[in-house]
Amino acid sequence: MNKTIKQLSALLSAGKASSVELCQDYLAHIQTQNATLNAFISVDNDKTLAEARAADALRTSGQAGLLTGVPIAHKDIFCAEGWLTTCGSKILSNFVSPYDAHVIEQFKAAGMPCLGKTNMDEFAMGSSNETSFYGPVRNPWDTTRVPGGSSGGSAACVAARMAPAATGTDTGGSIRQPAALCGITGLKPTYGIVSRYGMIAFASSLDQGGPMAQTAEDCGLLLNVMAGFDTRDSTCLERPKEDYTRSLNQPLAGLKIGLPREFFGPGLVGDTAKAVEEAISQLIKLGAETVEVGLPNSGLSVAAYYVLAPAEASSNLSRFDGVRYGYRTPEYGDLTDMYEKTRAEGFGSEVKRRIMIGAYVLSHGYYDAYYIQAQKLRRLIANDFTTAFQQCDVILSPTAPSTAFKLGEKTADPVEMYLSDIYTIAVNLAGLPGMSLPCGFDAQGLPIGMQLIGNYFDEARMLGVAHQYQLATDWHARAPQGI
Amino acid sequence: MSLSPQDVERIAKLARIRVNGDEVMAYQSQLNNIFGLIEAMQAVDTAGIAPMSHAQDLFQRLRPDVVTEPNRRDAFQAVAPQTENGLYLVPKVIE
Repeated sequence: MNKTIKQLSALLSAGKASSVELCQDYLAHIQTQNATLNAFISVDNDKTLAEARAADALRTSGQAGLLTGVPIAHKDIFCAEGWLTTCGSKILSNFVSPYDAHVIEQFKAAGMPCLGKTNMDEFAMGSSNETSFYGPVRNPWDTTRVPGGSSGGSAACVAARMAPAATGTDTGGSIRQPAALCGITGLKPTYGIVSRYGMIAFASSLDQGGPMAQTAEDCGLLLNVMAGFDTRDSTCLERPKEDYTRSLNQPLAGLKIGLPREFFGPGLVGDTAKAVEEAISQLIKLGAETVEVGLPNSGLSVAAYYVLAPAEASSNLSRFDGVRYGYRTPEYGDLTDMYEKTRAEGFGSEVKRRIMIGAYVLSHGYYDAYYIQAQKLRRLIANDFTTAFQQCDVILSPTAPSTAFKLGEKTADPVEMYLSDIYTIAVNLAGLPGMSLPCGFDAQGLPIGMQLIGNYFDEARMLGVAHQYQLATDWHARAPQGI
Repeated sequence: MSLSPQDVERIAKLARIRVNGDEVMAYQSQLNNIFGLIEAMQAVDTAGIAPMSHAQDLFQRLRPDVVTEPNRRDAFQAVAPQTENGLYLVPKVIE
């Protein structure tokens, strides 16, 4: 159960296990763990095992690829044909998708069986997985605490070894922050390299799918499957296919790591500060050099984000109107009454707050002061990174200001919750790749994550840095007790 | 800036979300807190900065004007709340 997908792939190709056997083991583990952790919204043993049998048949006939037969869980934001696809919302609680997202097609083509659909904050809006219509996910390291969000189910299921890997999506930190809080590795790619087709939209200029797994090496293997040009996403970039694992074995000698002074200020304290500093020392020992860099406008990234993301969300979520799919209120008068009741009953309060912020900042008289001002700040924030990358190869920071917090601790104050993503949001605004990997534990035994930020399309180098760190440390290999 | 209860009702109307009296008060206070966070933006001088709408400088791709999708109406309407003869049903809009 502790095996990486790299190790599972080796077992399968050596004939030491079949995909059916692996899937049966994981499904049995889900059966015992999920009642407590609530990491999955949908599990369907028959579907999973049918895909596993097909993968085994491919292997028998000599047509297996590297990951054929290795199972994976998918965040419930990805439409998967025949699977309930809820996005964590009541408004999609009856939606069985009639089609596959591009990401799902890619994993199917690779022969990787789907272990189930993972729980998430409603429409990916949240940092604790507490806004899900299906109830909160619990952190496998301490079930009184949150797993982070919005890809909290994906992070928790990998941490609890209910799946060897999972997909996630990241709009403001939704892969990296839960990866940090659950002690796993997660990567948000450069905007545009993974197709958003069939990935339910939150903020289209920021949303990006990515892999979550135990190791950086696994994330590279998974990104090789996920990334690819797709004409059905107009923002998907047409680029030559690349191997994201190609730099894993590159030594770190001469690597320049940028440390943004704004991310190492007074807000960074205690065990998180200590763990990140020790990780930096480790990387220096491996041959890297550090250089201080500035991201002077990053302090405004949360403010700009909470204009831009809700603005895009208010537009994207207007499609949920009770007409073509999903929930419709049982009693209504005219059309407007039907829309208003359907949306009032179908959306949770965090989603409604964000739709209302978006409607306001886009409304007549406020557009320039909020929306345009936020877009200008976005450029300043992106320019800061361009300047910083003239001095360094990769940027390092903590992923989150604290380790996993208690369930309910931050639900009363949306603003406090928003600040969980203070180190991750700027990366989405700029469209850069970023990842989180485990770098220690706090005094209570909760995992701490560090963030690496790469330049555009520099995933391979970033993964190489993470892999070299993981060869020298074992934080990523630790699993919660009793798992 | 501070939103009044009337502002909240107007925004909810724009967003097609029904809110009742108690909710208006709760949203008013939550939204005002969030706008408190957002207001920090106004302190920055952004004169001469071009707005950035997107992470990549993209242009819209064009494709030949030919049919690319098969007709899957039945599959797509199977998940609709109410249909009849291949049409989506909604309350009467025009008298």
